[in-house]
Amino acid sequence: MELDPVFLSRVQFAFVIAFHILLPALTVGLASFIVLLEGLHLVKRDPMYLRLSVFWTRIFAVSFGMGVVSGIVMPFQFGTNWSRFSESGANIFGPLLAYEGMVAFFLESAFLGILLFGRKLVPPWAHFFAALMVALGTLFSSFWILAFNSWMQTPQGHVLTDGRFLPESWLAIIFNPSFPYRLMHTVTGFYLTTAFAVLGVTAWHLKRGQHVAESQRVLSMTVTFIAIFVPIQVVLGDLHGLNTLEHQPVKVAAMEGLWETQSRAPAVLFAIPDEAREQNHLEIAIPGFASVYLTHSRDGVVPGLKSAVAGDRPPVAPVFFGFRVMVGIGLLMLAVAIWGLWLRWRDRLFTTRAYLNACIAMLPAGFIAVLAGWTVTEVGRQPWIVYGLMRTRDAVTPSVTGGDVLVSLLLYLIVYAVVFGAGIFYMAKVARGGPPSEVELRDAKLAERPARPLSAVDS
Amino acid sequence: MQLDLVPVWTVILGVAVFMYVLLDGFDLGVGILFPFIRDEDSRSLMMSSVAPVWDGNETWLVMGGVALLAAFPTAFAIIIPAVYFPILLMLLGLIFRGVAFEFRLKVTDHRQRWSASFCIGSTVATFFQGVVLGMYVQGFAVTGQTYAGTSRDWIAPFPLATGVGLLFGYALLGATWLVMKTEGELQRWAQRQGMRALYGVLAFIAMVSLWTPFINRQIAERWFSFPNLAWLSIVPVVTAAIAYATWRALRRGGDFVPFIGAMGLFAMCYLGLGISLFPYVVPYVLTLWDAAAVPASQTFMLIGTLFLLPIVFMYTGWSYYVFRGKVRGDIAYH
Repeated sequence: MELDPVFLSRVQFAFVIAFHILLPALTVGLASFIVLLEGLHLVKRDPMYLRLSVFWTRIFAVSFGMGVVSGIVMPFQFGTNWSRFSESGANIFGPLLAYEGMVAFFLESAFLGILLFGRKLVPPWAHFFAALMVALGTLFSSFWILAFNSWMQTPQGHVLTDGRFLPESWLAIIFNPSFPYRLMHTVTGFYLTTAFAVLGVTAWHLKRGQHVAESQRVLSMTVTFIAIFVPIQVVLGDLHGLNTLEHQPVKVAAMEGLWETQSRAPAVLFAIPDEAREQNHLEIAIPGFASVYLTHSRDGVVPGLKSAVAGDRPPVAPVFFGFRVMVGIGLLMLAVAIWGLWLRWRDRLFTTRAYLNACIAMLPAGFIAVLAGWTVTEVGRQPWIVYGLMRTRDAVTPSVTGGDVLVSLLLYLIVYAVVFGAGIFYMAKVARGGPPSEVELRDAKLAERPARPLSAVDS
Repeated sequence: MQLDLVPVWTVILGVAVFMYVLLDGFDLGVGILFPFIRDEDSRSLMMSSVAPVWDGNETWLVMGGVALLAAFPTAFAIIIPAVYFPILLMLLGLIFRGVAFEFRLKVTDHRQRWSASFCIGSTVATFFQGVVLGMYVQGFAVTGQTYAGTSRDWIAPFPLATGVGLLFGYALLGATWLVMKTEGELQRWAQRQGMRALYGVLAFIAMVSLWTPFINRQIAERWFSFPNLAWLSIVPVVTAAIAYATWRALRRGGDFVPFIGAMGLFAMCYLGLGISLFPYVVPYVLTLWDAAAVPASQTFMLIGTLFLLPIVFMYTGWSYYVFRGKVRGDIAYH
């Protein structure tokens, strides 16, 4: 059997990026959370925030380390497996990656050392500054990499000459139509992923009656956070969807599972899309509802998959189901947020075991939603690597064989399973340990000045 | 008229790659030396000496790769496919090396496991970086604008030899770094390792210097024709002088000179390589100008680079300043 290097390269890219994106999903949010905790400690002088910061910094360190090593793999993928894309597109995306490196990666990595190891070596304000720079670095990184990704989705600002994309307007390239929506939606998604991870770990400690004071404070903070940001994310998701409808209607048709272009389009709740027959099986739908939320008008016309020839359609099932998983988790998150607010109003937030159990169960929810959303937008972009302009199958490295990619894919699978399996195990171990106690903190932080045990906290 | 930015980008790319080789060189070198010391507490101290900076150091690899991609896309699209497996194995090595820093601190009873991960990762990553270097000097099979060879072309005497050579090179950087950062018994051990690595480095410098002129006639002509021979002979003379200074400092116990000397040796090798290969970016096929990105892309990046790289150097410098001096076992972690 002939191994297809295009298909295997896609599987490999999907695998390494799916694994990688889980780590920024946590580190982007945790970096900002650590800044918040460090800032609160500086302002309020409450050592509890310092203990919490130390705790979450330990988890951050493991996930950041894994994020770095899995991230370095990414730019090389463009060379090893997608060299035709590099050859034709690098005049556009090369500078965007270069800016990501110079603005974000150096900032994160240089200040990370001080964040992790410098607490005793620099004054508290400098340590806070380092935490802030790391957090800014993660956000700058999201900015540039999503500008690149969005350009692949909604390309503009270039001219196509002899098969190469050449820049015409950098502002148009960076601020392409889908970029603001994608950036907001993704970063909010990362923040919520972190919030639910924090919520889950905290609820777990609270349920077991350990680290109670710290856990109550964090639980309260996090419930406030998700009560604000889950509704915002729902709105942002809607706006992103409308933007996709405008620029990538076929992707929306796949998300909705709609084959025919129609007004009063139904909202398909569940179906099994059949690409060969161009129809759905076992469909459950609300008549006319998709037109309402997609066009904000009852008679609005929603394009169907058949508006594109079969060769220009994305694989329907992954996009269709990915979208339902993402939205479903979003609704669950909304429920957890509302329930949390209600329990706090009734003063039962910390004592309702069912709620704590729900928070624990929702710990991985954000990660699943991120992967599902990523699947929707990336598989939905197919068969194009640059939407409407360059096909994925024309982007693969000509010299690479199916056998080569199979070997590299297997090696990535094995190594990631071993290494990142261990990483998740160690993160769970640190999480189970909870925030350090006061005594440990003094030993670790104030060993230099035992005569004035509170000096680092006071200064 | 559009200003020719290719020389500027050549310098930036050259600096990025050289920064990577020097900085991650000593991190990786520390890992390469692990098999020669059994004591896990000494190993902890060795890792602590690079733990706060390794991530920043590794970032130069991304910068080098991305600078090649962005400023010379055609070269990137030819070279990286040609070293498909060396790059893959280097990346996997870097993964095992990188995660070991955090994982090793999280365990009490399996420290050796992550020491092994650190050591094997460092060694594999280094060896395959050397293979990439060897492939690069050896040259690639190119048809038009694409790589026309196979994914196994790196299995050849010269790339494998440079792979081993780089192991000695990074080991030298790592050992001399440890001479600078440690004291007492560990420092004396590092001096002995540095001496061994230095002999290996010198042997490989000699071997590669004699080998490369046979790989390509242009290289031979560049070095051995008059009047080049006269003024280029400075390169081996200076290299020999630096090697002697490093050797002497390792014997007499200087703290800083061995590391500076090791960096000097790398600088001279890098210079020699540049002299051999200029103006090619894909050796013997495409020049820097053939493979360059369009001026609009190079200009857009340059504006940011001229502003950002100095800032990067400033705060990287600050980070090194914070962790200056001999490494301490009691640095509060997190």
